[in-house]
Amino acid sequence: MTRQRRFENLALTAITLLAGLIWIFPLYWAFVTSIRSENRVVSEGAGLFPDEFNLSSYVDALFNTSLIDWYINSIGTSVIITAVVLLTGMMCAYALSQMQFPGRRLLYGIVLASFMVPAQALVVPQFVLMNDLDLINRWGGIILPQLVVPVVIIVYKQFFDAVPKEMKEAVVLDGGGDYTLLFKVYLPLNWGITTALGIITFIMSWNAFLWPFLVITTEDMMTIPVGITQVNDAFGVAYARIMSVALLAAAPVVIAYLIFQKRVTEAVMISSGVKG
Amino acid sequence: MAMIRNRSRHRLVAYSLILPFVAIFALVFAYPVIEVVRMSFTDAPLIGGGDWVGFDNYARLLSDKLFYKSLVNNGYFVLLTVIPTTVIALVIALAVNRLSGRMQALALVLFFMPYVLPVSVVTQIWAWMLDFQFGILQPVIEFFTGKPVPVFKNPFWVMPAVAVVTIWWTNGFNVLLFLAGLRNIPGELYEAAKLDGATRRQLFFKVTWPLLWPVTALVLTLQLILQLKIFDQVYLLSEGGPFNSSYVLLLMVYREAFQLNHGGYAAAISLVLFLIIVVISVLQFQILRIGGKDK
Repeated sequence: MTRQRRFENLALTAITLLAGLIWIFPLYWAFVTSIRSENRVVSEGAGLFPDEFNLSSYVDALFNTSLIDWYINSIGTSVIITAVVLLTGMMCAYALSQMQFPGRRLLYGIVLASFMVPAQALVVPQFVLMNDLDLINRWGGIILPQLVVPVVIIVYKQFFDAVPKEMKEAVVLDGGGDYTLLFKVYLPLNWGITTALGIITFIMSWNAFLWPFLVITTEDMMTIPVGITQVNDAFGVAYARIMSVALLAAAPVVIAYLIFQKRVTEAVMISSGVKG
Repeated sequence: MAMIRNRSRHRLVAYSLILPFVAIFALVFAYPVIEVVRMSFTDAPLIGGGDWVGFDNYARLLSDKLFYKSLVNNGYFVLLTVIPTTVIALVIALAVNRLSGRMQALALVLFFMPYVLPVSVVTQIWAWMLDFQFGILQPVIEFFTGKPVPVFKNPFWVMPAVAVVTIWWTNGFNVLLFLAGLRNIPGELYEAAKLDGATRRQLFFKVTWPLLWPVTALVLTLQLILQLKIFDQVYLLSEGGPFNSSYVLLLMVYREAFQLNHGGYAAAISLVLFLIIVVISVLQFQILRIGGKDK
């Protein structure tokens, strides 16, 4: 590599990383704000750098709001949604990929078509349905409409299609049925994609706003994204506290993302069809 | 005989495998699709039956000024977000793609991070950054306009401001798609083009851009559909105001159904949004595919 090329690469790296740091600045600023006192936040000379380490707004956020309830609701509903979506998705995809039955092509067509239907256009009848089922203000009401994630089936089917047929034979010779095949062969072979889809589904349901916002009206049943909007009303203009609550709300997904970065990247690429 | 029994057993197993998904799908997806159509022809409140009113809701929609306002705002928001976010994401992906190993991973984390945040966290942070009195971005706005602007309370600024917030939040997703597309381009193509003496410009326009077109088309389509469905950010940042200058279709659905108790009318609006999205996604997909073939 010539000296000029090396310098160019170095400059490009520096510029890109600098742009990245500017891009992430809002999060940094939220953090700096959250560790200041309310007075400091709105005072004239407050600079760009952390000059106080005041955790009182975090204490406030944890103990003077229903944040703990919201955490429990968000974790509970997101875990259940993720588990059910993965399980029903892999079962359905296995049947579509490996079995013959009347209605198979129709079912796959419906799964593909449902991709185009915006779930937001269904909130009115879904709300009526949840009311009929007496699920307003309950976990069930938050969970049920979020259980249809067609892309999980489409991705699983792709991966199951690609499993070599020889993998089946040993199990079939031993008299194993399709359930054995799915859970003892196909699933273990596809742990990678299962984790990736699981993380994406979890993040999606953790971040869901519109539906939980509609189906929950009591504060103690709210999920994190809906609950934290209440803090504004309760605190008035108290930005240190609002930022602390926002950062506490974001922490689980941010940590999950940092741990599973590669998987998240992979999942986004695969589920949008640009990488198979 | 054994064959037949075997086959029906096979089918039974297959049906048992699809049953959980199909049952949930029928209950919370297929049934609501039918219901939203049926409700749109009634004068039902949100909860409780209503009477059949034929096309009354649709007639009312055509004479509802707020409906047109919302349609226009939806279109305006699409203009403000779709192409800008595609261009920005492409530029970032090209830059990130040239970094090596760890630096690339780090840059990707920085650009992708906002995408994993809940929408209300995003809006809270930006509402603070753009706060009229204390917002850290007000000096920047002042630099361009000469005075601080309460962006979410100003009819001119509200939509561009919501667009900026939206692009910041969702751009990482598009960066990832472009990056995947760039990684799919075989390196030999560049080597061959370089041997032929291609300049960097030529490399981009003759190799990268045409081969990246399917991904670009995908990003454009996904963004168009996504941005038509905008609700969260507008509701949280401006509630459709001021003077309905950021009112959009889903906000109208929400108001009519959940605040004014007009279930039937809200269903009609939902159905219009539904149809717009289906038609546009089919159309745009076709157009982009043809565009891709020409190149």
